[in-house]
Amino acid sequence: MINVQDLSFLYGQKKALDRLSFELTAGFNVLLGPNGAGKSTLISLLTSLYRPSSGQILINGHPLNSGLAGATANAMKVFGVVFQQSTLDLDLSVKQNLVYHGALHGISAKKTLANATQMLEKLELSDRLNDKVRALNGGHRRRVEIVRALIHQPKILLLDEASVGLDPASRSLLISHIRAIALSDKVCVLWATHLFDEINDDDQVLILNQGQLQISGQVAALCHQHQVSNLSQLFNQLAASGVNDAF
Amino acid sequence: MPFNAYLICFSGILQRELLRFCQQRTRLLSALIRPLLWLVVFAAGFRAALGVAIMEPYGTYITYQTYITPGLCAMIILFNGMQSSLSMVYDREMGSMKVLLMSPIPRWFLLMSKLTATAILSLIQVVIFLLLAKFVEVDIEPLGYLSAIPAIFFIALFLGALGLMLSNLIKQLENFAGVMNFVIFPLFFLSSALYPLWKMQEASLWLYWLCQYNPFTFCVELLRFALYQQVNFDALLWLTPTATLVIIIALLSFSPLKGAKLKRGN
Repeated sequence: MINVQDLSFLYGQKKALDRLSFELTAGFNVLLGPNGAGKSTLISLLTSLYRPSSGQILINGHPLNSGLAGATANAMKVFGVVFQQSTLDLDLSVKQNLVYHGALHGISAKKTLANATQMLEKLELSDRLNDKVRALNGGHRRRVEIVRALIHQPKILLLDEASVGLDPASRSLLISHIRAIALSDKVCVLWATHLFDEINDDDQVLILNQGQLQISGQVAALCHQHQVSNLSQLFNQLAASGVNDAF
Repeated sequence: MPFNAYLICFSGILQRELLRFCQQRTRLLSALIRPLLWLVVFAAGFRAALGVAIMEPYGTYITYQTYITPGLCAMIILFNGMQSSLSMVYDREMGSMKVLLMSPIPRWFLLMSKLTATAILSLIQVVIFLLLAKFVEVDIEPLGYLSAIPAIFFIALFLGALGLMLSNLIKQLENFAGVMNFVIFPLFFLSSALYPLWKMQEASLWLYWLCQYNPFTFCVELLRFALYQQVNFDALLWLTPTATLVIIIALLSFSPLKGAKLKRGN
């Protein structure tokens, strides 16, 4: 679904991403890295908000930013994104925010609300539909953003530290919901986080540090390969040794 | 994408702008109070001193209030256009611009929809102002309201695009608010909005030429004639290519993450 080849990006002279190469398929994929590792930058590149300094991104086999008419538009149809920074319109209600987002994807208000109903129930937001977003707490706003990202039934879901600001119960609810979507709807999920406790042993993980892809693969297999008992130890080991071991 | 998708998208953007406008009641109030102050207080005070000789499109002597009404309508449109661009700068800084950019609809269509929605809001405000102007004896024939609609719309698209172009140059919200004033007041005062240009010519030739070729003067004159069911072809001939050029530059120069990228680089 997503194929990244030799991707680099610079902020001015500063290298934010350095020759990343990886492939993502349907399922729950984790992008793990500390603050400043380049997770948000990578997501901005995948969503065409930034253009790469070098390298290529292929979405379902088609190059992103190829300059071909409709290339980016076709990619945007399959992407759902939850950014690290909240992007909700605070002056509108939950319903109005969802309808607006649906409209931007060419989906009528009726269909938008029909698509959103089940998700709103699962995330316990059904009774907040007419509340102004400004009146919601951070956790509820984050849930609204997730519902919004799923309205147009994307095949690729990118979440940039989506659980930040949520209490443990809400985080657990959110992550289990996203995992279920990845499994049942065969969605390619890329969950960017710096929290080890959000990652399961059977997850595919990409470990990013200082703009470089340190290692990628299934968590359990990588831990076994490097003879460590958990992911945190593996990360510390890699950070200390500066090893790069791609797919 | 199917044509229907574009219609839904435009409708969504228009709906959002209308909702936000309705919720910001002070915005409508300030949009109306500003020109009403000019019309009721300023014009009343200068009424005796500033009579207006017979000139096109008026067939007779008119009051000063009647003369400045089109200029004040254009002022409403100018402020609304700049305010809309201010909100885009705010959206860009706060991150909510990203929602717009994640749309599969082409960017130019999204921006034109936003400009059109702004033009519709300007139209609503101008109509309300003209109805209130009746109370100070500014009488316009009913057909004049209708014939002014295309002119108001066209001017609003132009001034909205001008605001968008400015917002593309300005990185931060605080700077844009300052630039707004730096742009709005010269445009307004160096035009035929408050006084006929032949009066300016008597006072200063170089100021006259500045006013003569100020695009805002053409906006005012286009509207002035349109309110009297006439077309000012000179103004239209000047404005059409100018507006087209400004709209194209505004769309091409739009950089959604100008401020955000700079922050990360620093």
